Amino acid sequence: MSLDYENDSEFHARLIEEVLEAYPDKSRKRRAKHLSVAKTVEGEEAAEPLTECDVKSNIKSVPGVMTIRGCAYAGSKGVVWGPVKDMVHISHGPVGCGQYSWSQRRNYYIGKTGVDTFVTMQFTSDFQEKDIVFGGDKKLEKIIDEIDELFPLAKGTSIQSECPIGLIGDDIEAVARKKNKETGKTIVPVRCEGFRGVSQSLGHHIANDAIRDWVFDKKDVEFEAGPYDVNVIGDYNIGGDAWASRILLEEMGLRVVGNWSGDATLAEMERAPKAKLNLIHCYRSMNYICRHMEEKYNIPWIEYNFFGPSQIAASLRAIAAQFDETIKENAEKVIAKYQPLVDAVIAKYRPRLEGKSVMLYVGGLRPRHVITAYEDLGMQIAGTGYEFAHGDDYKRTGHYVKDGTLIYDDVTGYELEKFIENIRPDLVGSGIKEKYPVQKMGIPFRQMHSWDYSGPYHGYDGFAIFARDMDLAINNPVWGLFKAPWTKAA
Amino acid sequence: MPQSAEKVLDHAPLFREPEYREMLAKKKALFENMPADDVVQKTADWTKSWEYREKNFAREALTVNPAKACQPLGAVFVAAGFEKTMSFVHGSQGCVAYYRSHLSRHFKEPCSAVSSSMTEDAAVFGGLNNMIDGLANTYALYDPKMIAVSTTCMAEVIGDDLQSFIQNAKNKGSVPQDFDVPFAHTPAFVGSHVTGYDNMLKGILEHFWKGQECNPGTSINIVPGFDGFAVGNNRELKRMLDLMGVDYTILSDVADQFDTPSDGEYRMYDGGTTIDAAKAALNAKATLSMQEYCSIKSLEYAASLGQETASFHYPMGIAGTDEFLMKVSEISGKEVPEELTKERGRLIDAMADSQAYLHGKTYAIFGDPDFVYAMARFILETGGEPKHCLATNGNKAWEAQMAELFASSPYGAGCKAWGGKDLWHLRSLMATEPVDLMIGSSYAKYLERDLDTPLIRLSFPIFDRHHHHRFPVWGYQGGLRVLVTLLDKIFDKLDSETIEAGVTDYSYDLTR
Repeated sequence: MSLDYENDSEFHARLIEEVLEAYPDKSRKRRAKHLSVAKTVEGEEAAEPLTECDVKSNIKSVPGVMTIRGCAYAGSKGVVWGPVKDMVHISHGPVGCGQYSWSQRRNYYIGKTGVDTFVTMQFTSDFQEKDIVFGGDKKLEKIIDEIDELFPLAKGTSIQSECPIGLIGDDIEAVARKKNKETGKTIVPVRCEGFRGVSQSLGHHIANDAIRDWVFDKKDVEFEAGPYDVNVIGDYNIGGDAWASRILLEEMGLRVVGNWSGDATLAEMERAPKAKLNLIHCYRSMNYICRHMEEKYNIPWIEYNFFGPSQIAASLRAIAAQFDETIKENAEKVIAKYQPLVDAVIAKYRPRLEGKSVMLYVGGLRPRHVITAYEDLGMQIAGTGYEFAHGDDYKRTGHYVKDGTLIYDDVTGYELEKFIENIRPDLVGSGIKEKYPVQKMGIPFRQMHSWDYSGPYHGYDGFAIFARDMDLAINNPVWGLFKAPWTKAA
Repeated sequence: MPQSAEKVLDHAPLFREPEYREMLAKKKALFENMPADDVVQKTADWTKSWEYREKNFAREALTVNPAKACQPLGAVFVAAGFEKTMSFVHGSQGCVAYYRSHLSRHFKEPCSAVSSSMTEDAAVFGGLNNMIDGLANTYALYDPKMIAVSTTCMAEVIGDDLQSFIQNAKNKGSVPQDFDVPFAHTPAFVGSHVTGYDNMLKGILEHFWKGQECNPGTSINIVPGFDGFAVGNNRELKRMLDLMGVDYTILSDVADQFDTPSDGEYRMYDGGTTIDAAKAALNAKATLSMQEYCSIKSLEYAASLGQETASFHYPMGIAGTDEFLMKVSEISGKEVPEELTKERGRLIDAMADSQAYLHGKTYAIFGDPDFVYAMARFILETGGEPKHCLATNGNKAWEAQMAELFASSPYGAGCKAWGGKDLWHLRSLMATEPVDLMIGSSYAKYLERDLDTPLIRLSFPIFDRHHHHRFPVWGYQGGLRVLVTLLDKIFDKLDSETIEAGVTDYSYDLTR
């Protein structure tokens, strides 16, 4: 069902030249390396990947340009650890980081918040000047005691470091060890201070390492492993994504023994090394722990994509191929079962969306993973880019984007505005900071971090919602009301 | 299969379908190792007990669900109220992404600010180069008239010196020597967003006023303070002052910046206090602040130059608005016009019409100190009892002011103000001493769910209801809106409690 289209390479290359002109020399040179146009790979390897997205990535942001990126704390607390529901996650440092990230990722979970689960709460050490001057370790100890007393059903605590912690020389690891001994509960110190690395990305890595060092092999895990046990890794259950995925995996006969980290419990993380296979959705944020489990516990991992029916079917088959005939047959049954839904969704929405162009700027996996879902609806991707990708992400992006697609890494506010203004796509998918400027220009927008408070978008059930949402964004009558009838044509 | 193309179910109905309920029950039973239901219920009940309340209030180190943010958020907010001003926050870049997101989620508007994007090497060597390059880039890309520099806690901990850094950057040609780059140190580990508002405002005023003589004229400066309702409130403020015929300057007016039209053009900057007006404000007769705790240092500075100063607590309701208008009248020599007197009468008329539904209602109120004071005062005027008043960023002085307010009304007996406490404290207060209604920000929706107490959203931030901030709550007109908001919640609650057909066909009254 994939579409055959090309973007206008020359036009996009010219746009890049134009936006770079605005920069002072030094910054222009730095930014030039992050902007590019996807080129078809010629020659024998042409089939795979389709295109080459040749940009530099995972490099420090240029100061003062309005990068859209966040920080390592956002990558650890906000992404990896925050959704683990039966643990308390302390935003360790001043009050702001925890406040601004409070309940903003929409990591859905089942539980009695404040009693046995704690995801939509903001625990902070609320650092004051004296904590900076004298250090915060004593306070941290007391905080862990108070959590133990007031939230007795919490299975453990993670310490999410904010900038000052690493600067004032606190020893949170020593505190964690001491309190673990005293309480017997899991205490995880995470060195995700916001100044570390260049984006959220290092925070993911540090958070992964903290799981390896402070969760794995710490307890005797009682669990009877089965032949079809899998972990879902890198699904944060935003708007219920992991649930709409789990239902398919279970229908094909697999046992999801752990979901990382949306709706996860500590037990699901501890037991992960007993699974047969790791299925990884957000490669960027959790490939590290998959590689570790492969090396240490011999668990293979495969990437999959549950956005849109083409990718879902391909992924279900690829996953099934790791198992026996029964599972393979089940996968076909699942695909067949949902085909009528897929057909009905496409019949309803494709005529309303056919040929519409989309520009994306997101993080993690989405700048590539959602592309086929749009194409399943007859839409075309004009440009895409990542906040915090590495080279391996752009390499993978080549499997998705068509020739001439504009590629922008760590795009600046200025660049994105100019690109959108000139390309004038029919839809932009990005974040809350980008939403309102784009809409003011009269261009429909969907937040593609939070699903704009909708979702799930994963799985077949999610695809129907995705299609509905793109239609309601693009075809709402408000976009036709912008011009007052008495204003003269420009 | 619950999903269909005809009627697409999103998360809210989808996961209530039997297939998903069964799947989630199985997940819980087989894989989660969660505590048993009876243990959870017992613990949940215990968290609402007096015993728990005592343990909760004995906390010395842990903060849970605070109702405050950090200084730079206030700095970014106040800077947004000046003409074509870009906030430049020196330090780690993630912070700026957070401030922008936070303000956008509340106002449903763009929010621009840049970071100097300091990383590990800057932590070691200082962020001077980040300042030099950063200012040059911001100046080249975003065409500001002014760049307002504040700091994240990272830059504060390593001790970067803004004054010398900015001078250094100017010497290197990042921006012209005479380009306006006011600055303020805004450490996140001191005070809250209201402190940051004050510090940045003072930084801007000092930048324009320093070393000059103040020759007081007739005009009045007015500082609105950090305010989620700034769009509606600032416009209402200006309307009242225009009706009085007063010559005034709003010092930081974000009304247009956070309310730009959709007409095809994205305005990175709109409205705001002009640079010329900010300069000329030196020669005002007085500087008044609508919110004491947002402007302590700024007012001290204005007073040190010879201006009269006075501050209010978020003028709302009858006496709060009276006090403000009388002060403006006293300073300007202009009478309060008939039009405003009539508006006052109309608000009182409305309060009298509805008094039966308001009288004796009990409330929990939280938010910034000045808001909580104003709200409690207005509730007292309706015959309500603001039993639990809480400001995470309130101090002892605020508690004393609140105690004085309670003492001024018979309805204040049994009311108490809690400075420095958080919403988990409030949970204990409301669980042990329940109230009829709660007034605060969206964060309290979790308390609404836990304690079955209706939430009225009247303080920052409001993420889950749209456009409230476009309407004022200040002045008599604003008071009317607050009144209607309270009443709607009361009536909706009354209806929902009597809506069961065949059970409460009585009490479900057509006329109330």
